[in-house]
Amino acid sequence: MDLSFTADEIAFRDEVREFFEDNLDPAVRAKLMATRHVSKDEQVSWQRVLNRKGWGVPHWPVEYGGTGWSAAKQYIFLEELQKHPAPPPLPFGVNMVGPVIYTFGNDAQKKHYLPRIANMDDWWCQGFSEPGAGSDLASLKTTAKRKGDVYIVNGQKTWTTLAQHADWIFCLCRTDSDVRKQLGISFLLIDMASKGVTVRPIQMIDGGAEINEVFFDDVLVPAENLVGEENKGWDYAKFLLGHERVNIARVGISKARIRRIRELAGNVLSGGKPLIEDPQFRQKLAATEIELKALELTQMRVVAAEGKHGKGKPDPASSILKIKGSEIQQTLTELLLEVTGPFAMPFLPEVDGTNDETDWASPIAPTYFNYRKVSIYGGSNEIQRNIIAKAVLGL
Amino acid sequence: MDFDLSEEQRLLKDSIDGLLKSSYDFEVRKKYRAEPGGYSKAMWGKFAEQGLLGLPFSEEDGGFGAGPIETMVVMEALGRNLVVEPYLDTVVIGGGFLRRGSSEQRAAHLPRIIEGSKSMAFAQLERGSRYDLGDVATSAKKNAAGYVLNGEKFVAGHGDTADTLIVTARTAGGQRDAKGIGVFLVPANAKGVDIRGYETQDGSRAADIKLTNVEIPADAVIGDAENGLPIVEQVADDARIALCAEAVGAMEEALKISVEYIKERKQFGVAIGSFQALQHRAADMFTAMETARSMSYLASMASGLTDLDERAITVAAAKVQIGRSARFVGQGGVQLHGGIGVTMEYKIGHYFKRLTMIEQQFGDADFHLSSVARAGGLIT
Repeated sequence: MDLSFTADEIAFRDEVREFFEDNLDPAVRAKLMATRHVSKDEQVSWQRVLNRKGWGVPHWPVEYGGTGWSAAKQYIFLEELQKHPAPPPLPFGVNMVGPVIYTFGNDAQKKHYLPRIANMDDWWCQGFSEPGAGSDLASLKTTAKRKGDVYIVNGQKTWTTLAQHADWIFCLCRTDSDVRKQLGISFLLIDMASKGVTVRPIQMIDGGAEINEVFFDDVLVPAENLVGEENKGWDYAKFLLGHERVNIARVGISKARIRRIRELAGNVLSGGKPLIEDPQFRQKLAATEIELKALELTQMRVVAAEGKHGKGKPDPASSILKIKGSEIQQTLTELLLEVTGPFAMPFLPEVDGTNDETDWASPIAPTYFNYRKVSIYGGSNEIQRNIIAKAVLGL
Repeated sequence: MDFDLSEEQRLLKDSIDGLLKSSYDFEVRKKYRAEPGGYSKAMWGKFAEQGLLGLPFSEEDGGFGAGPIETMVVMEALGRNLVVEPYLDTVVIGGGFLRRGSSEQRAAHLPRIIEGSKSMAFAQLERGSRYDLGDVATSAKKNAAGYVLNGEKFVAGHGDTADTLIVTARTAGGQRDAKGIGVFLVPANAKGVDIRGYETQDGSRAADIKLTNVEIPADAVIGDAENGLPIVEQVADDARIALCAEAVGAMEEALKISVEYIKERKQFGVAIGSFQALQHRAADMFTAMETARSMSYLASMASGLTDLDERAITVAAAKVQIGRSARFVGQGGVQLHGGIGVTMEYKIGHYFKRLTMIEQQFGDADFHLSSVARAGGLIT
């Protein structure tokens, strides 16, 4: 048992740090520190910086552009990226549809899509959830009817993150209604520019519009855009969701947020003294730091086990990472909110950076509101508890 | 980054698990507790035979030179089986002081500890000291031959069966001064030592000890008689690290028997483990246990740190997590069992009680959280 990194891993960590230091626009970093959203252009150009370096899709197999790093190095890279903070890779391409395509897609699909995902030539979004299919995802109703060499897609997806920017959507569609619901689903890649695709933004609780509804009205999709076999889409979706859980602890992001809380609470006065000197506040923060440390170690245990025993099915214990990771992220946004005090009140979606009194505080309450999502998406925390009860405890 | 046990550590785990499986079931444990002194001398002898009592001592002291991970493996196993023998008091704490003592002190005590013929107790707590190791009113006055001790100590684990007591006493300064504390080896049968033993909530034993003009020789001091607190702090951290591992073992078993129980117990015609409310409680207990295990690993791996401040903060953080998880898993285990969970007859209540008492030993979650907060946090 040994926690330390090797000399090689430490050199690697320093190299990564230095690269982020030298190559990320400080304005983007500042935006992330202040919990503001990065723009489409900022996200895309950062992905291209990483990709030019060969780090666009580090966790993919080497033959498709991956780095071949050990599990420990993958961990270090992600940790440093989140801690910097730099924009985390948009998951829909590199963590979701990419692995599905290189695992289940055909050669033509791999050749066409994978390099474009790595370089973010295409912005992808995820077409899984529907108005009537949330945690019970398999009950989805969007249909794809095969007619000659096309599928005709009709239906509605929802909670589609950043679909307003998307060039492509990967969709679960029902291709057979006469079998058990999990056995009649197919995985289709759909061009968002197709005739009959309509995107309608959903205004979120924080006033932002990162989420959309996507409507399909007799959309014609070439049959060659089917991934894998028809009616096997549920298997691919489970594969994808398992991969999503592994990176969901977001330890580095929470570390950066702790630093931000310390900084802000050092500036804010309470009873004439910096809030950070208030013992009650410090204890709350310390309690969260301890939980984060426990989460980090738990994540390292999952990563180390994966490194040792090979990548197989995701460890069901990774549900812990989702539950604790989301709870800690939420607690930290709560603490940020507490730091703002009465300056939480002003609702200023379009800050211009000229008002020192309110600009620092204005994105914080919205972030707190917005972060209620993290215990809901990616399989709600209640679903994660079901997974632990069934897959780990055998209940 | 590696969380696997080495081959030797795995063998150690298998051997202690094997020993306890064959001779420490719940009914047998009751018999051990009923023996004079509240534990089984025969079992203690088996620990010695297997080399468990010599694990952390150097080979030149007659031990096996094992490290903190080996102690962790043993403590987890003791926790899983609610072992009442004085391993923490004698090997971890008593041994912890002696390892930091002189070669004469090691030679005088360690061989008999290792062969199982000597036990130790730590007489530290005072009426008002609570978790502050530096709050010491017991006095040690120098005389021609050595020291004269006067004072009262409380809840010394296995204090009524120990051959030698390790006593903290003040040689100089005021009651709460960090300087001026000495650590003394005191024979339990020395004149003026009055020991009143009793059972503890978790089925073990402890004692209150009154010291009246107890005369001890000058060579009974461990380390610097005027500046013993750093050693006390370090050994207390050793004890906390061991308690973290013991708690993880106890949580693991408490969760296991609770899950087994709700798979068997039927109400409304079905196993109650099929109810989601109970499943989610069990899932949360699993999460609490695994996060505690992570922090126990961290604490054990921090045991060798030479930066003592970092070591202390890491251990404090682990004890916070263990305290919170232990409370959640202990209470949850009783709740999943229903009525029989609050009976003396059934196992789960005993795990609950041991987990509860672990939090009360060497600082509870609030105490250690304050330390972490005062130090400016854990995350860099």
